[in-house]
Amino acid sequence: MKKLLLASVAGAMFAGAAGAEDIKLGISLGLTGPLESIAPAIQKGAELAMKEVTDSGKLLDGSKIAPVAADNTCVDAAASVAAVERLVTSEGVKGIMGGMCSGETIASLEKVGVPNGVVMISPSATSPALSTIDDKGFFFRTAPSDARQGEVMADIALSRGVKSVAVTYTNNDYGKGLADSFANAYKAKGGTVTIVAGHDDGKADYSAEVAALAAAGGDALVVAGYADQGGSGVIQGSLDTGAFETFVLPDGMVNDVLVTKFGTALETSFGQNPSAEGDGHDKFAELAKAAGFDGTSAYSGEAYDAAALIMLAMQAAKTSDPKVYKDKVMEVAIAPGEKIYPGELAKALELIAAGQDVDYVGATAVELVEPGESAGVYREVDFKGGKLNVIGFR
Amino acid sequence: MDFLNALVAILNFVVIPAAAYGAQLALGALGVTLIYGILRFSNFAHGDTMAFGTGLVILVTWGLQALGISLGPLPVALLALPIGIALCSAFVLGTDRVVYRFYRKKKSDSIIMVMASVGVMFVMNGLTRLLIGVDEIRFDDGARFLISVQDFKAWTGLTEGLALRLSQALTLVVTALCCWALFRFLNKSRSGKAMRAYADNEDLALLSGIDPERIVRLTWIIATALAVTAGTLYGLDKSFKAFNYFQILLPIFAAAIVGGLGSPIGAVAGGFIVAFSEVAVTYPWKKIATYLGFQPEGLLQLLSTEYKFAVSFVILIVVLLFRPTGLFRGKAY
Repeated sequence: MKKLLLASVAGAMFAGAAGAEDIKLGISLGLTGPLESIAPAIQKGAELAMKEVTDSGKLLDGSKIAPVAADNTCVDAAASVAAVERLVTSEGVKGIMGGMCSGETIASLEKVGVPNGVVMISPSATSPALSTIDDKGFFFRTAPSDARQGEVMADIALSRGVKSVAVTYTNNDYGKGLADSFANAYKAKGGTVTIVAGHDDGKADYSAEVAALAAAGGDALVVAGYADQGGSGVIQGSLDTGAFETFVLPDGMVNDVLVTKFGTALETSFGQNPSAEGDGHDKFAELAKAAGFDGTSAYSGEAYDAAALIMLAMQAAKTSDPKVYKDKVMEVAIAPGEKIYPGELAKALELIAAGQDVDYVGATAVELVEPGESAGVYREVDFKGGKLNVIGFR
Repeated sequence: MDFLNALVAILNFVVIPAAAYGAQLALGALGVTLIYGILRFSNFAHGDTMAFGTGLVILVTWGLQALGISLGPLPVALLALPIGIALCSAFVLGTDRVVYRFYRKKKSDSIIMVMASVGVMFVMNGLTRLLIGVDEIRFDDGARFLISVQDFKAWTGLTEGLALRLSQALTLVVTALCCWALFRFLNKSRSGKAMRAYADNEDLALLSGIDPERIVRLTWIIATALAVTAGTLYGLDKSFKAFNYFQILLPIFAAAIVGGLGSPIGAVAGGFIVAFSEVAVTYPWKKIATYLGFQPEGLLQLLSTEYKFAVSFVILIVVLLFRPTGLFRGKAY
């Protein structure tokens, strides 16, 4: 009898919790560290979405969202795990917008997010390793994986009639991941990769690399490196020795630095970098401006979208329990349904409450693909006439 | 014809780049080896002396360019080089006065001098960045190519092109001149003989009336001249970036040690050995083999390019194991 009483009391309390509540959402970013300059705009992007939802009063019968920020340092995995641990255990957050950098995101997801059953949506971690990680459905990202960039790059190269390439990459997680994903996609689509060779940044001499790439040959050279580092050293050497004339350049290289350095020598070269376009992007920029920050700053829009997805999924699952609403994230993010742009979160919440389907587009044209990451929009560029020209989006 | 193509491909991608890089390393290693032989310590600040001196040369070059001075096809930096050397020497003599002389007077261990040079290295590191910044700077003007790939192909009708940059030719010529002048100076002139005497036996040299401070000053000036020349040639050939000069210190030391620390001929040989081993061992021979009538399956690459630094260090270890004083019998203090 006593037990029954207790159970019914507990049941009554639980039922009460389904009504209006104060929900805490974590924000895990490298507020200090190598990316500290872009972190504030990311944080503000996420907080903007949370404020919009709170002000609407339509989430789970008028629940309020309170953001709690934590500094994950971006480079120190242990610090990141500690920061996220604090968010989960002492703050009791119901979801986390973060992490920021691939390495620390993997660490905090494996050590804290998955074991505690908290949803994490990263706005900016792009490593292909996060696609295959065993996340038990708790991890999503609104940034595209570099595996996706490899696919896009392979498509662009083939569509321009480049049938065989040599690949060089900067010897780190970014370069290696991107080079591998490109090489696999390119081969699968029928292209030939003659060699995949790394180069180290900041070295005295790149003639060995250029010699190896030239000996392997190819219609073009793919340079998955950095424009102000070894990437341009390799390009310089290739141009001087006549090894390659056409270069395929991913996001680390598509940069005005390259144009000032090589000018018209890149006439036949091309590349791509992630960039959103369209109505959602413009609307978010306006909202951000009104809120007093720069919405075009890197990954700020992705952060708004990440936070919005968490809250819309809660609404769709009718609970703030991450173990339940994790299954709704994909549902609200993809078609079919009414398209939702930045500033329309109230409308989205109403529609979901009325049992209708929504397709969240947001600031960055979110289109999540399995296993829960952005399909990604890339802009294709070329360097005709010694300028950086945008050709189109894909 | 195919044989010629194979030959041109090797020249273009292995011989010419490695020779130019080797010459730059050789000049740097000569400076390191002179200081080691005469002042008896490994000067870690050598790479940053190169950077600092090259920074000065660039500033003077800009000044000369602003005055409208041009050397036609040759880079103006050649004209600025002596001024840069003079300015940098003054600075290096200053560091000797402030830092090294104190330890020399106390007859400190060579390891203490080495550590002092690490301190000097960090100071020069910072000064170079204050002076000219951390960005990449290109200061080559005049012609870029002696032979360009397109011209060569049109001229010979071969499918392989050959490029020879002016900066590469310049590097080889200047290095040859510097070596010739240095060896002549060390072997023939009175001061050179005094320097060698001082290197062989300090006390005996003192007894025979050689002024040690003069020898020290001379050594610093010559080593600085070599360093600034090497740095400027390297900057003309690639580009100036302060950080790269710090990185180049490692292959320079490898070159000096392989050749035998304290031996000038060894330094030159070591420079070319390190450069050629980096480029040649990682070179895939597929193209050459195809020209010679073989149809290889793979790339015929001995080692992938990631390991190019391992190559020079393997050579270094082997030399140290079997000939601890280096290929040309250097000194060991």
